[in-house]
Amino acid sequence: MWKRFKYHILIFFAVIGPGFITAVVDNDAGGIFTYSAAGAKYGYLPLWTLLPITVLLIVTQEMCSRMGAVTGKGLSDLIREEFGLRTTFILMAILVFANLTNMIADFAGIASSLELFGISRYLSVPLGAAAVWLLVVKGDYRSVEKIFLFACVVYIAYIISGILVRPNWKEAAIYSVKPVLMLEGGYITMLIGMVGTSIAPWMQFYLQAAVVEKGVTEKEYKESRIEVIVGCIVMSITAFFIIVACAGAIYSVAPRDIKDAADAALGLKPFGQYAYLLFAAGLFNASLFAACILPLSTAYSVCEGMGFESGVNKRFREAPIFYWLFTLLIVVGGAIVLLPNFQLVKMILLSQVINGILLPFILIFMTLLINKPKIMREWTNPRFYNAIAWTSVALMIGLTLALVALSVRDMLGSSAFLLLHRG
Amino acid sequence: MADEKLFLTELLGLKVFDLKGRRLGVVKDAAIVPLVDPVRIDRFLIGSGSSAWLTVRYDQVASISLDGIRLRDEILTPYHSDEYMLRVVRDLLDQQIIDAQGRKVVRVTDVTFEIRQEGETEILWVLDVDIGLRSVFRRLVQGIIPPRWVRKMHTRIPPHSIRWEFCNILEHDPQRRLRLNISNRLLEGMHPADLADIVEDLSPKDREAIFENIDSEVAADALSEVDPDIQASILESLETEKAAEIVEEMAPDEAADLLGGMEEETSEGILEEMEHAPKSEVRELLEFEEDTAGGMMNTEYVALDQAATVADAIQTLKVSEELLEALNTIFLIDSAEQLVGAVPLARLFLHEGATPLRDLAAETLIEVPVNEQQDRVTELFDKYNLLALPVVDQHRKLTGVITADDIISVLRQR
Repeated sequence: MWKRFKYHILIFFAVIGPGFITAVVDNDAGGIFTYSAAGAKYGYLPLWTLLPITVLLIVTQEMCSRMGAVTGKGLSDLIREEFGLRTTFILMAILVFANLTNMIADFAGIASSLELFGISRYLSVPLGAAAVWLLVVKGDYRSVEKIFLFACVVYIAYIISGILVRPNWKEAAIYSVKPVLMLEGGYITMLIGMVGTSIAPWMQFYLQAAVVEKGVTEKEYKESRIEVIVGCIVMSITAFFIIVACAGAIYSVAPRDIKDAADAALGLKPFGQYAYLLFAAGLFNASLFAACILPLSTAYSVCEGMGFESGVNKRFREAPIFYWLFTLLIVVGGAIVLLPNFQLVKMILLSQVINGILLPFILIFMTLLINKPKIMREWTNPRFYNAIAWTSVALMIGLTLALVALSVRDMLGSSAFLLLHRG
Repeated sequence: MADEKLFLTELLGLKVFDLKGRRLGVVKDAAIVPLVDPVRIDRFLIGSGSSAWLTVRYDQVASISLDGIRLRDEILTPYHSDEYMLRVVRDLLDQQIIDAQGRKVVRVTDVTFEIRQEGETEILWVLDVDIGLRSVFRRLVQGIIPPRWVRKMHTRIPPHSIRWEFCNILEHDPQRRLRLNISNRLLEGMHPADLADIVEDLSPKDREAIFENIDSEVAADALSEVDPDIQASILESLETEKAAEIVEEMAPDEAADLLGGMEEETSEGILEEMEHAPKSEVRELLEFEEDTAGGMMNTEYVALDQAATVADAIQTLKVSEELLEALNTIFLIDSAEQLVGAVPLARLFLHEGATPLRDLAAETLIEVPVNEQQDRVTELFDKYNLLALPVVDQHRKLTGVITADDIISVLRQR
């Protein structure tokens, strides 16, 4: 009995990584900004959305990791095998573009967080880009994953800074379970933004690939699923503390719109040097972390889907397209942030639009794939689960498309300065 | 016809005309019947509008060109799924195959055929499987740009193809493998380390199918080279009987490491199923802690009585040829099986047959007890530049040998 239990524990630690890392990286620069903005403007009111977001996230992530474990193939492989080359090509082209905009947002996060520490972006961004490139190309998978898992731990910074701000816990607890709907343009926009940023196309590709890379099979899938669920919950907890920190520090003083995530960190300053520093450090960690994962995941998905050689264990000559794609994403992403009149908010809006356009296709393909007995054998969705899955997918798509519409409106709007929030 | 090549992207959608030049439909798929001929396209599957597909046999074709396929016999049968057919679009296009020459897993983007004149018919031979950018380009513009333009344009992109005879198709249904006559001959001819790399790139189902079907000896060699995590999952997925056959062929220390990392039920099942001698050795090895000398050692070694001569040693080596590959030391034991000396193999060549081995033994005898820690063992290898290190039990009886390759794998895993 004990032996079996011990075996399961061992398996759990052997499969830990993919689900955790994906869910945690989800709180990248863009995510942190969205949650900070929500807390700064509306205080504790938006907290209730975290519960449904967690459920939606778990449903979609679970399907991905199950596909990875059962088929042993990446999502782009499966799309290629079942939907052909042309579909794959179009999806991959959009994915590259979407992830490039995500990269830019993350490099902007690196720049602005380090500027709080007095480091110029003309130093931090090139160094960050070089570090990312070297870590992924020269580091071996096991040690890189350990560094990533350590980066996950740094997210505790948000929890601590949330506590340091001494928010109103009673209100936070009440509004976590009490849905508040206001028929106010800004509030609804914010809710959509929160759901929309909580799930991105790259996550599906990364998670499934990571599950495969980890060698998780049907046998260990039970443990892997727990890991995915725990990861999603951890992601929500981090989001909770970001909102609470900004609610306690900014909203309770004077509700306002924030400019970027670094602005949120500044708002925490009156509540102690540590709260401020931890928040800024958390932003830096999250941005750098996402900047590591994104180019790698993109290059893998594209090369596998298109049938080009891929893998960091290959030489440059063996897998040129893989390395070029990977390098270009880093270089171009970093360079754009350094342009003289770079507009971060417009970039985040653009990234939300492209991610939002791509996501419905990915989610629909995923749900179609997971229901094919030819691929999934006895692991297809049970009927009731399928109902949940399609509902979640429809809900996600609906909210994402709403976000796309709002972002497009803001991009076209002449004073597109305040992202999503003009109460 | 001037150009004798035809790509699958061009074949699909090609119009098919009967004897009077009337259009019957367009090509939807083409099939090989590997049991009859593994290279020739045996059937063309024709579709028109909503009606059922028709089958054209290869000998019913008069000519094939970019302008269409002309038939010389128009008595066509409706298509019904034939289990002996390998359908190019359904079973090959966009799927993974193994390139046995380039030693990697690749994805099929297009297929190149050769048009050959044979008597009064023109037939298609499968020439290459295309995987590079050039074929990606053809696929993307297929049906959008006329084929002749595509041919002009794509010459700017370097081709990347694999000859059909080096392609190993993956199929995990054993029945279908037989019907399609898919052999693993190409894989069995590869270096075990290359085969191991390929296997690591495949999905678990495909791995299982390969190990289920290749020769046990090849499987054992390849399995030893596979990443330890994957090793266990492959072995667990196989039928116990096949797994046991493979483990029997492995070196006992590797077998013990592998089984030691598995769930006890499964490894016990495999051990039960094993027949030959290594069984008891593997069992003994399993008793030792993994990170001690006992867990690292191998029980395949040559030990002779201390009174033996060079001639005796050579005689022994002649009968235990399977050990020679990695052998570099002969050990000397006394009547109580206690270790008394180690003779470097190369010294045998420098002495007459009657020389006692004792005289050739290395000056210092280095040995470790079975419970020695792994770190200490690697240290000894480094310090004394060892190739082989004898392991003794508490009575100084020789029980196993650690070789340099064991140390390399230990260091690699850190």
